[in-house]
Amino acid sequence: MEMAQAAQATVPRRKTGRAEKPLNQSYWKKYGVFYFMMAPALIVLLVNNYLPMIGGLIAFKNMSYSSPSFFTNFLESPWVGFQNFEYLFNTTDAWIITRNTLAYNAVFIFLNLVIGVGLALMFNAMRNRRAAKAYQTAMFLPYFLSWIILAYLVYAFLNPEIGIVNRVVLPWFGAEAVDWYSDPKWWPVVLPLVNTWKGIGYYAVIYLAAIVGIDNEYYEAAHMDGASKARQIWSITLPLIKPVIITMTLLQIGRIFYADFGLFFQVTRNAGALYDKTLVIDTYVYQGFLVTGDIGMSSAAGMYQAVVGFVLVLASNLIVRRISKDDALF
Amino acid sequence: MATAATATRTKKLRPNEISRGSNIVINLFFLFYTALCILPLLLVVAVSFSDERAVTVNGYKLWPEQFSLAAYDFLLSDWWAIAESYGVSIIVTVVGTVVALTIMTMYAYPISRRDFKHRNIFSFIMFFTILFNSGLVPFYLVYKQGLQLQDTLAVLMIPLFVQGFFVILIRTFFTNSIPPALVESAKIDGAGEFRTFVQIIIPLSLPVLASVGLLCTLNYWNDWFLSLLFISSDGPMSIQFRMYRTLLDIQYLSSNAQAYSAIMQANPNFRMPSETARMAMAVVGIGPIIFIYPFFQRYFIQGLTVGAVKG
Repeated sequence: MEMAQAAQATVPRRKTGRAEKPLNQSYWKKYGVFYFMMAPALIVLLVNNYLPMIGGLIAFKNMSYSSPSFFTNFLESPWVGFQNFEYLFNTTDAWIITRNTLAYNAVFIFLNLVIGVGLALMFNAMRNRRAAKAYQTAMFLPYFLSWIILAYLVYAFLNPEIGIVNRVVLPWFGAEAVDWYSDPKWWPVVLPLVNTWKGIGYYAVIYLAAIVGIDNEYYEAAHMDGASKARQIWSITLPLIKPVIITMTLLQIGRIFYADFGLFFQVTRNAGALYDKTLVIDTYVYQGFLVTGDIGMSSAAGMYQAVVGFVLVLASNLIVRRISKDDALF
Repeated sequence: MATAATATRTKKLRPNEISRGSNIVINLFFLFYTALCILPLLLVVAVSFSDERAVTVNGYKLWPEQFSLAAYDFLLSDWWAIAESYGVSIIVTVVGTVVALTIMTMYAYPISRRDFKHRNIFSFIMFFTILFNSGLVPFYLVYKQGLQLQDTLAVLMIPLFVQGFFVILIRTFFTNSIPPALVESAKIDGAGEFRTFVQIIIPLSLPVLASVGLLCTLNYWNDWFLSLLFISSDGPMSIQFRMYRTLLDIQYLSSNAQAYSAIMQANPNFRMPSETARMAMAVVGIGPIIFIYPFFQRYFIQGLTVGAVKG
């Protein structure tokens, strides 16, 4: 009945479609409110996202500070082409931040995948639902904590004089104390540990949701055929959650040029002695711009990140489309 | 026949169930893992209740060797600053979440309507912000030099008002779960678009709104980055930012505590509980999230899985 009514309602509209004026009137009368509804978000987007995109052009300028007004400075500063980029890529920093950003993110993606799927499989296998819920709650706890709190927790472990690791853990193994916040050597281990500890609950939950969605009949059939539990995981569970695994991984690959600022800034306490192993593009831009005040170099680094990041998102989406059209973002 | 056979077998062992032995192993593993998740927090709590001298001599311990409330006494001497920070965090979180949710939902609805002529343009305007991000420098300059919003509550809220990912999440829910016939019939009953939106669409969308609302709440409550960029020591200091300053330098806290100098005058041997006070500050900061998160978790997981399944 509703369909019939809908059809009736569309007929007169089509008729007025030929006469220009009545359409416009009814269009604005009907849909005009939509534009008002979208206006607040559009204003925020303009200020928050689109204005800065124009401002990104300062990467190609030699900013002067002659006037108190930023806009005057922006308009009057000379264009210098890729000079800022040349300076940036002539430093060793460019290599360090690119290497650190890519390498850490690659390790994070790998750990999130392997451990996330592993935990999800174990949850799914558990017989006691109530216990599984309790473990899940505990595992999810770190996800809710801010990076500031993570910095406190790591500090409690790594404080060179009185931290748990130097006072308790290392003596167990008869090892020497490590001056954590001035020795960069161990941070390629510490940072993945911390990142996984905080974020793995999220990935495990997503993979678990995918596993729970699998039709039980597959397992029943396999069970009848005498497939072992391991065989069931290998031949049923993993192939059926493959689309989710691929999407999640490619989403992360699309963001591989962006590092988690909180992890690299807070957890390392932004210690300069560690920069060789902890400086990533995001912290470099912050450091260069707000601490050192080198606007040219840091906006060039920001632009480098934005453009390469954009290309990577498009590329990873293209790959998702190739594999499974439904899983693509766009 | 076959189903009867499986039924008798499943009584003993459901097909995707594991043996008792591996069940024990998995449980042991998860007990260990649960401990790994909780012990770091317990360590912080224990240190905060310890005597400063015992901590500096013997290191952090999971159980206070010498129980002491000195760290909390010390923080209480500056209780107004902490109360103020809680106030800032609560206002930013509540107002921010309500406004963010409202304007994102109002944006998501029109672009979910198939009969809306410009839905593709406006979807793209939103979507592009997920793909391309112009970086920190111009973002900072717009808020600081353009809008001059440093040291205001507004600068802690506005940047998180609209997030493309959340808008797409809400839009997807509208497209998939609201039958177009419902909108059509409301129209026939004489409701305008806005009225349809408020009285019919919103009540039907509470699950997704709850999920996104909680994600926003967590983002606002845990945010410290905007404070780091835009808040000086005279500005409104959220609890996260106060924790950040405290972790970096406990002196900062004491310089704010007028009571400190009074204590020093009365008792020159007073030792500032710097390590334990640090950890007490962490406990004060963690507080609310620990109590709320078990209740949030369910909606959270809903929101996360909806988001992941639809990309």
